[in-house]
Amino acid sequence: MIITNIKRVFKAGVVNFFRNGSVSLATVLISVLTLFTLGSLIFGRAVLLYTLDQVQNKVDISVYFRSDALEEEILTMKQSIEQLGEVKMVEYVSRDQAIADFKEKHKDNALILQSLDELGVNPLGAVLNIKAKQPSQYESIADFLKKASQQDNSIIDKTNYFQNKMAIDRLTNIFAVSKSIGIGISLALLIVSLLITFNTIRLAIYTSREEIGVMRLVGASNRFISWPFVVEGVVGGVIASIVATAAFYPLVLWFGPRTKDFFGGIDLLQYYASNFFSFFGVLLGTGTVLGVISSFIAVRRYLKV
Amino acid sequence: MIYFDKVSKVYPPSMVALQDISFTVEPKEFVSLIGQSGGGKTTLLKLLLAEEKPTEGTIFFESVNVNDFPRSKLPELRRRIGVVFQEFRLLSNKTTFENVAFAMEASGRTPEEINRDVPHVLELVDLVEKANHFPHELSGGERQRVAIARAIINQPDVILADEPTGNLDPLNTWEIIRILKKINELGTTIILATHNKSIIDSLGRRVITLEKGKIVRDDKEGRYVL
Repeated sequence: MIITNIKRVFKAGVVNFFRNGSVSLATVLISVLTLFTLGSLIFGRAVLLYTLDQVQNKVDISVYFRSDALEEEILTMKQSIEQLGEVKMVEYVSRDQAIADFKEKHKDNALILQSLDELGVNPLGAVLNIKAKQPSQYESIADFLKKASQQDNSIIDKTNYFQNKMAIDRLTNIFAVSKSIGIGISLALLIVSLLITFNTIRLAIYTSREEIGVMRLVGASNRFISWPFVVEGVVGGVIASIVATAAFYPLVLWFGPRTKDFFGGIDLLQYYASNFFSFFGVLLGTGTVLGVISSFIAVRRYLKV
Repeated sequence: MIYFDKVSKVYPPSMVALQDISFTVEPKEFVSLIGQSGGGKTTLLKLLLAEEKPTEGTIFFESVNVNDFPRSKLPELRRRIGVVFQEFRLLSNKTTFENVAFAMEASGRTPEEINRDVPHVLELVDLVEKANHFPHELSGGERQRVAIARAIINQPDVILADEPTGNLDPLNTWEIIRILKKINELGTTIILATHNKSIIDSLGRRVITLEKGKIVRDDKEGRYVL
């Protein structure tokens, strides 16, 4: 009996979905728009996080050592820096490496290379490039370095943190603000489109309110009346999520390569392909849950006969 | 079988639809309700279906107080009462067959029973050939016959027909009445609300006349008198 009822409910829901033609089409279209918004937000978030990550990676503190500092002393220093909790990575650039890098960077500038040759000795000191785990942690690393440089016989010539401080502070702020603004806008957009979908489904069921009353009067139980509507909502949600997911393919195919440089190197097409199932899963889940909840709430209002 | 005991219905603030109504309907009776529009006929049928609650008094259906039915049990009561409306009220996106089958599905009958009973009832109302048509593809008379088929499919104890011929031409009207009489001969109680003088006069059955919410006449072999 239960199996017969489940079969009936499913059949009625699916058949009603297709027989309701234009109403179902309108509901699906609105759901597609909502899911498309959601998908765009997922892409936007990926781009933002990736770009922030790229920019953050470019921030570091460089410690310049006096040219007479011994390599062992520098390596001891490197070790003690690495032991700080905030430090993600320390890169050691020796004096020889530093001059080689310098020459490579200015290989087209004859004047500079000539002056270097004239000088005879290597004027550059060794450098430690320090990366923090979080942009906000550079301050405390800089404090540590400042104390070290104030000791007698300090081998530290200078650090570039305080020159870069403004830029680093500003970046830190931008990261924090753009993340929270991004979340805020996403949530607002999402809520608006969810409400629109919810209302569209309610309107679709509103058109059936008299028939719901008739079903009650010929002796159908509330469950027998309402579940087909819920199934209808599920069918609409599934179709909408398939359409929305598919609609992203031509978009990323076209946009992906063209925006790769602009977004700091993320390839949207590749992102779409490698996250396809979780992406589709999120849209499918949202579409289905939205259909079920809106149908359920809407149909309940008209069951009071 | 059906017993109205001093039933009144007042719609707030002060619209009196029914006032102190008492009558009994015996099994297998064919009772007609007549009276002007707004006389209370439809309200009376709605009360019996528990679509509305009486302001005062009680209504018994086979010694059970209709208003004591909890809402979740109402479907069981309604499966024993078939209803036919003036405006047909079919489910628009179901075919003739599905409309009739819906009432059986709702009461939990098996697919075998449905496939056996529905064609039989469609034959009774002469709609076998229109089984796969949707309501909008049927004429008024045909739609009303679908509605009657739906009302009788669960073999109810009583059929309530609320001006079932109100939207039909004379030929279809007589067809509907012929079917109702036949159903009654097969043993089902019928309560028919109507405006149609010639129907009442030709039936020669019990007539209850309502006027401004009160019963003013109850004749065993009544004629249409207002």
